[in-house]
Amino acid sequence: MRMLGLTSILLAAGMAFATPASAQEPVANTAAPVANSAAPAAAATPAVADPTLDASGKPLTKAAPGIGQPVAEGIALQPQVTKTGEEAHNFHNHILLPLITVISIFVLILLVWVIFRYRRAANPTPSRTAHNTVIEIVWTLVPVLILIAIAVPSIRLLAAQFKPAPKDAITLKAIGNQWFWSYEYPDNGGIQLTANMLKEQGQVPAGQRYRTDADGPRLLATDQRVVLPVGVPIRLITTAQDVIHSWAVPAFWIKLDAVPGKLNETSFTIEKPGLYFGQCSELCGARHAYMPIAVEAVSPAEFAQWVKSKGGTIPAEVAAAAAAEAAQNAAAPAAANAAETNAAAEPAATNETAPAANAAAGNTTGN
Amino acid sequence: MTDIALHAHDDHAHHDADHKPGFFARWFMSTNHKDIGTLYLIFAIVAGIIGGSISGLMRAELMHPGIQYLPTWLSMLHGGEHSFDDAMHFWNVLITAHGLIMVFFMVMPAMIGGFGNWFVPIMIGAPDMAFPRMNNISFWLLIPAFLLLLLSPFVGIGAGTGWTVYAPLSTYGEPGPSVDMAILSLHLAGASSILGAINFITTIFNMRAPGMTLHKMPLFVWSVLITAFLLLLALPVLAAAITMLLTDRNFGTAFYDPQYGGDPVLYQHLFWFFGHPEVYIMILPGFGIVSQIIATFSRKPVFGYLGMAYAMVAIGLVGFVVWAHHMFTTGMSVTVKMYFTAATMVIAVPTGVKIFSWIATMWGGSISFKTPMVWAIGFIFMFTVGGVTGVVLANGGVDDYMQDTYYVVAHFHYVLSLGAVFSLFAGFYYWFPKMSGRMYNELLGQLHFWVFFIGVNVMFFPMHFLGLQGMPRRYPDYPDAYAHWNQVATIGYMIMAAGMVIFFVNIIWSLLAGRKAEGNPWGEGATTLEWTLSSPPPFHQFETLPVIEDHGHH
Repeated sequence: MRMLGLTSILLAAGMAFATPASAQEPVANTAAPVANSAAPAAAATPAVADPTLDASGKPLTKAAPGIGQPVAEGIALQPQVTKTGEEAHNFHNHILLPLITVISIFVLILLVWVIFRYRRAANPTPSRTAHNTVIEIVWTLVPVLILIAIAVPSIRLLAAQFKPAPKDAITLKAIGNQWFWSYEYPDNGGIQLTANMLKEQGQVPAGQRYRTDADGPRLLATDQRVVLPVGVPIRLITTAQDVIHSWAVPAFWIKLDAVPGKLNETSFTIEKPGLYFGQCSELCGARHAYMPIAVEAVSPAEFAQWVKSKGGTIPAEVAAAAAAEAAQNAAAPAAANAAETNAAAEPAATNETAPAANAAAGNTTGN
Repeated sequence: MTDIALHAHDDHAHHDADHKPGFFARWFMSTNHKDIGTLYLIFAIVAGIIGGSISGLMRAELMHPGIQYLPTWLSMLHGGEHSFDDAMHFWNVLITAHGLIMVFFMVMPAMIGGFGNWFVPIMIGAPDMAFPRMNNISFWLLIPAFLLLLLSPFVGIGAGTGWTVYAPLSTYGEPGPSVDMAILSLHLAGASSILGAINFITTIFNMRAPGMTLHKMPLFVWSVLITAFLLLLALPVLAAAITMLLTDRNFGTAFYDPQYGGDPVLYQHLFWFFGHPEVYIMILPGFGIVSQIIATFSRKPVFGYLGMAYAMVAIGLVGFVVWAHHMFTTGMSVTVKMYFTAATMVIAVPTGVKIFSWIATMWGGSISFKTPMVWAIGFIFMFTVGGVTGVVLANGGVDDYMQDTYYVVAHFHYVLSLGAVFSLFAGFYYWFPKMSGRMYNELLGQLHFWVFFIGVNVMFFPMHFLGLQGMPRRYPDYPDAYAHWNQVATIGYMIMAAGMVIFFVNIIWSLLAGRKAEGNPWGEGATTLEWTLSSPPPFHQFETLPVIEDHGHH
């Protein structure tokens, strides 16, 4: 008889914690616009339809074959849709891969040659040579030179990956949980999302949402996608609620551990609209393989519409509204009704951003 | 290596030297380095069978997408029905057990405890290890360590933390006695290795025969000496790290709990400060074994002996300052990533020196391709392939893609499962006649090599593709696009397993019916001291110490 003890209690607690979140998702999705938002601005925001979903709540964007996901029998790196990703992709495909192939083949050729030439039948009397200073210096120095040649683009890549996000970047905060990802958009009125893996039709009770091909491949599709704008720098901040997770999207060349009690930061800019998948990349317990990441990259206009549909705000618009208000205040202090609703949203947004920005500053100064 | 010759050594077979104690006293209270070495080898083979079977379970589950067997296996283990999460946790128990068993209970006991115990004293002309009773306790500590690990799934749901035991998954993430037992298991195995390391260092420094200077020691002894230093310096750090895990788990401390000011990443730094030297602990004795074998079967002294010895010293030293390349995605600053990228690449230089020196040893030689030699040549090529993917992974910028994917799994299995394990088989076939007094079957040995070689390559090479496609490691199920190469890998496992059957048939056949081996079955190329003794050697060798003379030509 086995004693599951505390672990099973914990697992059960984890389930209990995760299940309500997943249970509420279908509701949130079908009744899209308002249900999800916690921001105070929500009530004041006009209802905008989620541009990524059709009228029935099904996602509009389908995964493009070979992009943002693995391909059957594939043997190469996934295509990259970020600048640093492309740089790293080129570094691997055009420098590292040819180099290691050539070195391996070179060693193989040497081995085959000595095996053939110096087999006992071909060379019955061995030489007694045990030293050759020149060749020893050569095979020490040549690898050093090769490594220096690798180090230059390698260090350049690292520097490119660590370029801090500019001020106007959109912040995405990814929070790892056992076993799902939750997200916050602190720059956009504090939108919050919970992304659970979509199960297969046979695995859910009748009536509950299951994965369809429109959602994405098995084990990769999530009930809610992270929506991000293309062409705009994204500041990614990761952390975790319980144990260490790792937020990874191969098509962005991004993998950043989500460590409890710590805010990690990196940035990237998506160049192409589309749907990109990733999976948790740090062992985090039983359902480590069942907390995928799905990112939908859309045009900035569509992103703004999506933000509004979630009851969030766009910082630029908030700033414009604030400027307008200030102008109005200067011109006619009496009436500024129109702008008030937006102004109400502003403090919320700023409050959300501040700690993250501070942490970001702390991280970057360290660099 | 220098030429060595025996100046004076007595007849070892006189009556006192070969007096063996009774069965219990000989095997359970042993103070004889050869007997303890044999115990270590038997232990490693048993652990290897268990660890290898667990990988068979893993490859079976991974052969097709979806979950096929895990719930059934869990029911077989614990009885009754289990939740889906319990079945998925059982996967983590399997990967954890496979990693810990192969590292701590297979490779290390075989390399250091087995071949080190058997041949370090003989190769330096010593009668035994410096501390024979401590040698015995080193071995017997491994038994409770292994039992603690094997029994841990039966007192709870098993330790599913991965062999790295990362906090906080291993602290508040997984309560229950299983993880405590796994941690205690590591403590005991670590204590065993530290005692062993002290023994080897003392033996090598103090018990070399007259004339056996450090620079005349066979390279295998050099490799064990360096390994012993790595063990002595690295394992206490592991002990500290996992002790803090235990107190975090049981006594309310918060070394790794951020809620009370602890830091989960601190654990990773401590673990890898041990963990990186650990990978050299597993491969350096293999370097030594391969050097002996290449020289023996090429009938040439090792090319660039001093360069070979100090390349290992360099690998050992630099191995201590590269640990954070296992942590490139934990949120380190850019300067730290740049340093660890550069430092890691430096290791490729002494490793390259070793590869080229082995080839240069064969160059101009008169090579015979006996089983140990084909394993050693296989080692050189497979280790090169594993090494160059290590150069790829050394780049911190590239790791933002590769970290925790199957590319890493492919890399470390090429250096360990094809590197360290090839050197183990090479050493096993090389010294089997010496240890057992009987020759192995040459045909079965060659067949074992080729089947195993094909099997492991079919198994592990496609894992590079899976990793490049982005498949994360430690997953019991994967998106359908990864199905093809996973299936190929499992077929590779089956081929490898067939190779292992040949190995066991060969051992059993050879022990029962093998031809009696002479003192030196390998001919003039075998110049180290073990080949001057009978096969098997007398129970006590070198009662009169051999004197090593320098023939003057280096």
